[in-house]
Amino acid sequence: MRESVAKVRLLELAHARSGDKGNTANVGLIAYDEEDYSLILKEVTPDRVKRHFKDMVTGPVERFALDNLHAVNFLLHGALDGGGTVSLMTDAQGKVFSTALLRMEIEVPYEVAARVRGRGRCPEGRGGGRR
Amino acid sequence: MTSAKGAGSARSGGAHPGAGARTVRIASGQGFWGDDLEAPVRQVEGGRIDYLMLDYLAEVTMSIMRKQLARDPRAGYARDFVALMERILPACVEQNIRVVTNAGGVNPAECAKAVAEAGRRAGTGGRARIGVVTGDDLMDRLDALLADGHALANMETGEPLETVRGRVLSANAYLGARPIAAALEGGAAVVVTGRSTDTALTYAPMALEFGWPWDAWDLLASGVVAGHINECGAQASGGNCMADWWAIPRMAEVGFPIIDASPDGTFAVTKHEGSGGVVNLRTVKEQILYEMGDPTTYVTPDVTADFTTIRLEEEGGGNRVRVHGIRGRPATPFLKVSVAHSAGYKAVGTLVYAWPDAAAKARAAAAVLRERLDRLGLAFERVLVELVGWDATHGHLAGDPPADLPEVQLRVGVRGEDRRAVERFTREVAPLVLTGPPSVTGFAGGRPRVREIVAYWPALIDRRAVEPHVGVDFIEV
Repeated sequence: MRESVAKVRLLELAHARSGDKGNTANVGLIAYDEEDYSLILKEVTPDRVKRHFKDMVTGPVERFALDNLHAVNFLLHGALDGGGTVSLMTDAQGKVFSTALLRMEIEVPYEVAARVRGRGRCPEGRGGGRR
Repeated sequence: MTSAKGAGSARSGGAHPGAGARTVRIASGQGFWGDDLEAPVRQVEGGRIDYLMLDYLAEVTMSIMRKQLARDPRAGYARDFVALMERILPACVEQNIRVVTNAGGVNPAECAKAVAEAGRRAGTGGRARIGVVTGDDLMDRLDALLADGHALANMETGEPLETVRGRVLSANAYLGARPIAAALEGGAAVVVTGRSTDTALTYAPMALEFGWPWDAWDLLASGVVAGHINECGAQASGGNCMADWWAIPRMAEVGFPIIDASPDGTFAVTKHEGSGGVVNLRTVKEQILYEMGDPTTYVTPDVTADFTTIRLEEEGGGNRVRVHGIRGRPATPFLKVSVAHSAGYKAVGTLVYAWPDAAAKARAAAAVLRERLDRLGLAFERVLVELVGWDATHGHLAGDPPADLPEVQLRVGVRGEDRRAVERFTREVAPLVLTGPPSVTGFAGGRPRVREIVAYWPALIDRRAVEPHVGVDFIEV
């Protein structure tokens, strides 16, 4: 039973975009393949996301499903040190919170892991080439 | 509502086979003040469009413009727009392309005057009319509104505006599509607004051209979705797209999105043939989710749109996504108000530490700095230490830095009400070079700057307190 599951990063299952509203960051998480959407809904719960971010998100995490787009939208309240112009953070507008969420690992059936392995990474290697 | 007006009412020729009815093509040319200056030119020159939508305003932009207006009564708008119109207004007039923009900022009337002068310099004198939407600016009426019982409570915290009244720099209601449509109906070739919603710049032309009633909620909601896709420029056509970013072609000449709209509310997202970038399901989905709240309840002045009803399909030929199925509900009795107020000061200082043990050195330097700030008795509301190159964007998720990290930037920010404390902080960063951990560089930029914080205060107001003051003026080029 155990050998039929494997861990994958969300990076391999989904792409994402994030933005801000005041002191709240949003992350829209979009399944690459329709068939993986239900896995994301089941595994990437608001509680799980809250635990993932720990002290990076001081308020509650809300989740909204968009079945039509095979996507979920997370609101991370209290993630931006006051937000916009007040915040001292490099990412004051939450532009790359999306990538921090994509670090999360979830358990999926082995066939899924085999299908998505390596997705989300630039095929030319991780270094971006030499100058 | 009819689309009766001067030259410009007769749109024809759906761009794609099988569409049947005429379509209206609304091009996005600018996603924020500071966006690609050449993009609107490419939109005008690259193929057929009917409207050019230019979004210049972010929340903080209004307060920057308010400060400029305080120094110069003829300032307070996006000057880039005037230079742009001098370049493209002749082509727009020639090709009957109408321009809709919120470049007016806190001074739409002066913006329009400057555009008229630019238009005359460019040889379009007597051939174009500019419509100016006014009534969004609440600054002069603020005390009267508060006295009348409009609390303008902060939507996030619930605090009444009274608590920061003395520090308010600007206050503007977000206006919808109706005054823009009225300006277009009055024959404007260029419509300049102040604080309109970004989406209205795109769907006002749709509502007018197709004669949509203002209670046709599903149609208006479709327009809102089109506007949301258009409002951030190339973010819908390959820019900032995570999905296979390395395979997106020719971003140097990225084609900004174009909404190819039909009377029944359906539309396609596309871009000019031969331009760079890509429009596909992934780029459009990413933009739909950008800055999204509750997707079932996307509130605008004209309609509440349900983004969970959007249906998307890629159409043949590539770079074309069909959007349909969108449902809307009646607009709320409120308009959103964007208030900007001063909220203390901040400064950020940086230094770069090199291998070996770059992160350990940077952390040690931060500890020395903090102790010095304490010994000086300086109090801040917040001190933030980040290691750029390690944990600045992913925090604890980045884990512990490896000992062979080649370099890291120490970035320390402080914030507080006491300007002198923030000022003193800016003099405490450079001394670390000779009085702290070794192998440090990157301080050539000089002392950090003290910045006044302009905070954003979102509120709601009864729309009846604003709408009677909204109007459209016309000036001739």
